[in-house]
Amino acid sequence: MGKVPRQLKTAELEKIANDIRMDVIKMLEHAGSGHSAGPLGLADIFTALYFKILKHDPGNPDWDERDILVLSSGHCVPVRYATMAHAGYFDKKELISLRQFGTRLQGHPERLRLPGMETTSGPLGSGLSQACGMALGLRMNKAQHRWVYVVMSDGELDEGNSWEAAMLASKYKLNNLVAIIDRNNIQIEGPTEIVMPLEDLSAKWESFGWHVLEIDGNDIEAVIDACAMAKAIVERPVAIVAHTIPGKGVDFMEYDFHWHGAPPNHEQAVKALKELRTLGGKIRSEHQ
Amino acid sequence: MTEMHLARGELDKEDIRLGFGKGLLEAGKRHENVVALCADLTESTRMNLFADAFPERFIQVGVAEQNLVTVGSGLAAMGKIPFVSSYAAFSPGRNWEQIRTTICLNDQPVKIAGSHAGISVGADGATHQMLEDIALMRALPNMVVLAPADSVEAAKATLAMATDERPNYIRLTREATPVITTDNTPFAIGKAFIFRPGSDVTIVSTGTMTYQAMAAAQMLAKDYIRAEVIHAPTIKPLDSDMILDSAARTRLVVTAEEAQINGGLGGAVAELLSEQLPTPLVRVGVRDRFGESGKPEELLKHFGLTHNHIAMAAHHLLMNHRHQRTG
Repeated sequence: MGKVPRQLKTAELEKIANDIRMDVIKMLEHAGSGHSAGPLGLADIFTALYFKILKHDPGNPDWDERDILVLSSGHCVPVRYATMAHAGYFDKKELISLRQFGTRLQGHPERLRLPGMETTSGPLGSGLSQACGMALGLRMNKAQHRWVYVVMSDGELDEGNSWEAAMLASKYKLNNLVAIIDRNNIQIEGPTEIVMPLEDLSAKWESFGWHVLEIDGNDIEAVIDACAMAKAIVERPVAIVAHTIPGKGVDFMEYDFHWHGAPPNHEQAVKALKELRTLGGKIRSEHQ
Repeated sequence: MTEMHLARGELDKEDIRLGFGKGLLEAGKRHENVVALCADLTESTRMNLFADAFPERFIQVGVAEQNLVTVGSGLAAMGKIPFVSSYAAFSPGRNWEQIRTTICLNDQPVKIAGSHAGISVGADGATHQMLEDIALMRALPNMVVLAPADSVEAAKATLAMATDERPNYIRLTREATPVITTDNTPFAIGKAFIFRPGSDVTIVSTGTMTYQAMAAAQMLAKDYIRAEVIHAPTIKPLDSDMILDSAARTRLVVTAEEAQINGGLGGAVAELLSEQLPTPLVRVGVRDRFGESGKPEELLKHFGLTHNHIAMAAHHLLMNHRHQRTG
């Protein structure tokens, strides 16, 4: 097992998620471009994955016993970079290089540039099918004890490739595959139900032969519990429809699709960081 | 010069896709990590030879070419060497972005086999006669592009792909075509081969058109024109040294391919020559138009893809540039 502490209490995980959100804000402000809403909404899921769920070793990213995490919605990668830095894959100082010339932290993730990044993504809808190939490969290699997790957005379910993969996973009963769908209800041009309605989303996945779990994706314990339950379901692949709040933790960003593809400017970043630092006054005072 | 060990006398005919099927079966026997995926065209692409022998290493993805290549990418990430097949019009025709991002930029050794390429598909018509596959694949960084001359060479190319660490595309055709190479004919990815030495004009050909180029060279010999035929089964990376060396000697070049010349072998040779050794050039191939239904031989004639057209191109060059040669 890797070097990431496993005994963290929920409150400690929530603190890490909050720190990751602050890093995301700083990275995006410094980059001057990038996506805000998705990464903030996904901080709890990524914290749960890297600090509780995944079998991995930040000191040995290619460890041949590791679980695989595919980020299909590549535009959300700032949250993965920040989480990887917190987990010990690289120094947090490197986070500020996001989107800069020569960086390993490309605007959209590239496998060849950053150890631990399992695949290159950005163009939507092809992460689940790659994850299917990985799950099949692990089965052929008789390594089904290794799990493949894929984090995908709801907007990319507009892509036909997503559903081609959903059919294949069901056909081959890929029970070492877990799809976490970031159901934040927004995409770049507006609410998903206006741009291209996805509902009844859970019924769609069930009809494709998946076992569906619906959770609050901003509840770290719920994410951990759902992934644990997924391991107990052996007859079908599992889709976790994780309801998240886009822009979670920053009041003026929450629920607003305009923050899907935009970064905060300096004033907005200061305001966002102040709010996150105090977590609405819940964790600690800004002056402590 | 290396002996080419080409076939002599009456030539057998076999479809190039069958060579792929045989090569893949052999690759499966030799390499345990070779797996195969198909999009509902297993028999048409001759992948059934592998699927029947290794059912546990075969994945049927259905009519879903985007899934075909991306599932392949995922398998490659887990150490497999995936061969993925369909008709070239659909793969790489439909799934180009997935190939670009998840195979080329991702640098995964996925092996894409596009069958029914070229105009000689015949009766199915323009939708299925893939002519732009070479251009599509040649534009992608990291991608290797292969177009074997016949079924024997296709089998060799397929075996070579199984141990090549890069993404590969192999172009296959449907019709039974003359087998001009033998088991002893040399093949290596990245190499072109002088199938017939000459000094008056260079013909660079690929795929099925190499047979036509050899026939054209025989025709030209009757007119005392010594044509050098360079077979380029690898279109990318192009064997630049071989082509430049020949062009420097003959100073006239014809290219021949059963594909769009725009972005095809003709495009590649034109780019090479105009940058490094400007040389009069005529490109034989499809000239910016779509195909149509018909018998293979009448379509090849209609679209200017026969040995006659190659010989005419050589004559045209010799007529127009003779002053340079004698002056």
